[in-house]
Amino acid sequence: MRLLIGLLLSFVIAAGIGLGSTWFALTQNLSFGALELGAWKGYPRNGTVGIDPYARAAIARNGELPIGSGDGVAFTTAVDDDGRPLDGRCDVIVRGTTPPARYFTVTLYTPAGRLVANSLDRHGFTSQELVRDASGDFEITVSPRVRPGNWLPTGGIDSYVLMMRFYDTSLGIATRAGREAPMPAVRSTRNCQ
Amino acid sequence: MIRWLLWIAGGLVLGGIVHLTAIMALPRTASRDAYARLAPLAPVNGFALLPAPTPEASSVPFMDPAFAVAVCRYDLTKGSVKLTVPVGQAYTSVTFYTRYDVAYYAINDRSAGRRSIELDLMTTKQRDDLPDDEEITAADRLIVESPTLTGLIVARAFSPEPSMTPAATAALQAAQCKPQ
Repeated sequence: MRLLIGLLLSFVIAAGIGLGSTWFALTQNLSFGALELGAWKGYPRNGTVGIDPYARAAIARNGELPIGSGDGVAFTTAVDDDGRPLDGRCDVIVRGTTPPARYFTVTLYTPAGRLVANSLDRHGFTSQELVRDASGDFEITVSPRVRPGNWLPTGGIDSYVLMMRFYDTSLGIATRAGREAPMPAVRSTRNCQ
Repeated sequence: MIRWLLWIAGGLVLGGIVHLTAIMALPRTASRDAYARLAPLAPVNGFALLPAPTPEASSVPFMDPAFAVAVCRYDLTKGSVKLTVPVGQAYTSVTFYTRYDVAYYAINDRSAGRRSIELDLMTTKQRDDLPDDEEITAADRLIVESPTLTGLIVARAFSPEPSMTPAATAALQAAQCKPQ
């Protein structure tokens, strides 16, 4: 009888720990080898055969096609530079310069990876569309309301993800954080709807 | 008391094994992975253009709206596949995925050069079976080895401005992947 209860206890713990931690790892996007530049995180290894098992599992579960390393590198962020979640009801300023690449795009998604409906039908910018200042820096205002300059509409959704993709770039697995890869700052303002 | 602790410790170890097994098995058991999502849209050994992502629908999550995308679902069981993707005005890339969504090779128009990206896709065995003495070993023929018999070839053509989307789409419409 003791043996049976012991076995049962073991199995319950095993199932709870095993499945719970798997679920946690997949939903929290736990994967290794992130290249962290400010708020932005990129996983250049995900576009190679050296992808880690956690990233593979998450990608299979979400149905994504990771960008191949000979094509480019993707960086995402769901938080600003201070670690606060991006809120689609507030103005967020993305400002600065980017690592060298032939082209890049900035796109706004729901956390599930869908585009967000808006009257302009604008979901992002390409490097050629962005209006820049004299020094070559750009400033994107991510806001629910119309803004002058590079306005990226949020549609007023609670939370969103920004993704920057660099195509034909020297960025990659060998890149170390810092000066060789400057990423734009992401700053939340208190200007909310 | 010690006995209960041992049962708990055993449960924790078993839990770790369950966790690792689940993570390793997931790519092979996921029923809504990218391959499964694209299978109804993409023909076998032929390219199909994916509809542009909209807020209502997206063939796979996190598609870049600045790109036109065409997908070929390849099958190498009957032999190698020849791939031709015309290069668009701005930027064109081709990425190869295994049946289980690992991007094992990607090439862009700069590395490919010329007016189109042309290469042969085959398994390691099919490559070994190639006759050595033929002209096909010439440097202009690029060979990519697929780790799996089936998989996806995804061609992407960039439009820096929305006005260039029709040109990017037209370039991909001429993309071919067919058995040799």
